[in-house]
Amino acid sequence: MTATYELADVRHCYGDRCVVDIPTLEVRSGEILGLVGPSGAGKSTLLRLLNFLETPTHGLITYAGVEIGGDASLATRRDVTTVFQRPMLLRRSVAANVRIGRKLHGLDTKDGSTERWLEKLGLTDLADAPARTLSAGEAQRVALARALVVEPSVLLLDEPTGNLDPYNVGLLEEIVRSENAERGTTIIVITHDVFQARRLADRTGLMVSGRMVELAATEAFFSAPQQPQTAAFVRGDLLI
Amino acid sequence: MGTLGRAFTDALGLLWNMDAALIETVLLTLQVTLVALVIALAVGIPIGAAIGLTRHLPGRWLIVPLIYTGMGLPPVTVGLFTYLVLSNQGPLGGLGWLFTPSGMIVAQTIIAFPLVVGLTMAAVQGVDPNLPVQMLSLGATRRQVATVTLLEARVGVTAAVVAAYGAIISEVGAVMLVGGNIEGETRVLTTAIVLETRKGNFALALSLGIILLSLAFLTNFAFHRLQVHQGVR
Repeated sequence: MTATYELADVRHCYGDRCVVDIPTLEVRSGEILGLVGPSGAGKSTLLRLLNFLETPTHGLITYAGVEIGGDASLATRRDVTTVFQRPMLLRRSVAANVRIGRKLHGLDTKDGSTERWLEKLGLTDLADAPARTLSAGEAQRVALARALVVEPSVLLLDEPTGNLDPYNVGLLEEIVRSENAERGTTIIVITHDVFQARRLADRTGLMVSGRMVELAATEAFFSAPQQPQTAAFVRGDLLI
Repeated sequence: MGTLGRAFTDALGLLWNMDAALIETVLLTLQVTLVALVIALAVGIPIGAAIGLTRHLPGRWLIVPLIYTGMGLPPVTVGLFTYLVLSNQGPLGGLGWLFTPSGMIVAQTIIAFPLVVGLTMAAVQGVDPNLPVQMLSLGATRRQVATVTLLEARVGVTAAVVAAYGAIISEVGAVMLVGGNIEGETRVLTTAIVLETRKGNFALALSLGIILLSLAFLTNFAFHRLQVHQGVR
């Protein structure tokens, strides 16, 4: 299996404080990687680095075999997209919010893909509704649709179901799983819900204080953690 | 019936029989106002958006208070400044724009410009800072992020247009100084009102005032419809 990302000595620091410090990490093409850990562990910052929204202060990120020094090319940036916990939707209709993904990429917006994604996410009836009137679950479904409508190679999810009800959680997980299975999209998902990591991820990593404490196949991560901190996290103990 | 009542009835009569000179004044008012507005918008909106979007703008501590000061510029001071610049001895005297509609447009543009910049900047700054980040993560270029953000701020930007329009269509000091209130050449509704009031032609002055208010109302009504169309009520 080839690597989508390879990180070598990647650190991201603000002054003396390094919020991400990862000596080595490989994200395999087509895998679902779960990231768990306490708040402030550097998970979201890592995702921003992987989405090329920020450049690490030290070290090197290699994406699909290409070393990314400084700003990533537009084509590389467009290969990767993030769905955030609190999606910012435009003051437009639901359909326009899904279409914007393809518009920004200069892709055909009349190819039926917007309608297809609206249907997949159960949003067809809301297509003409103003996006600002949606519930949190509906808004998150729109955010997922606008991310997937451009068919990214990598989908980054930053606590996508953080404040959603079980119905929406199930729907989003199902879409993520099928996107991964059908298109081989590489997916990295940050979650506070260990059960979600267990349900979705092929491998799971625990981040604490900017470091990757343990990264293992999900089953092994939960059933036979190698590190005391992982064991404590899996047990539900508080990590500081 | 008092002076006001008589003036009002006479004004309605004058409006009913609009004469050529009155129509000319109305058209010149609209021409000067709209040309100045379009120039102020074309230059002011991109600058306001750029200032609003640039988080670490060098000299922001000075630029922003200067813009705010500009938003309250006394029109008569702008008129004096423009007069001096456009007069024969002024740096742009060669243009021959003093006492012409072009000179009036210059003064009106100077009045409208800080309003457009300041209100556009505020509107853009009011957009959630997470929006640009999320647009970037969707693969937007910097220019696309700016366009999307500006469109999100469109209600505020429309307010900038309304404020600028209102400021210049009702302005009298600057156009009086720079235009000179020459009949058939630089006479606009506001300067005509001043003149007719001084002459004691209250009915005519009042009818001009009614026309001015109607123009302002009709345009603002159109702007409001636009805002409603944008989904904001």
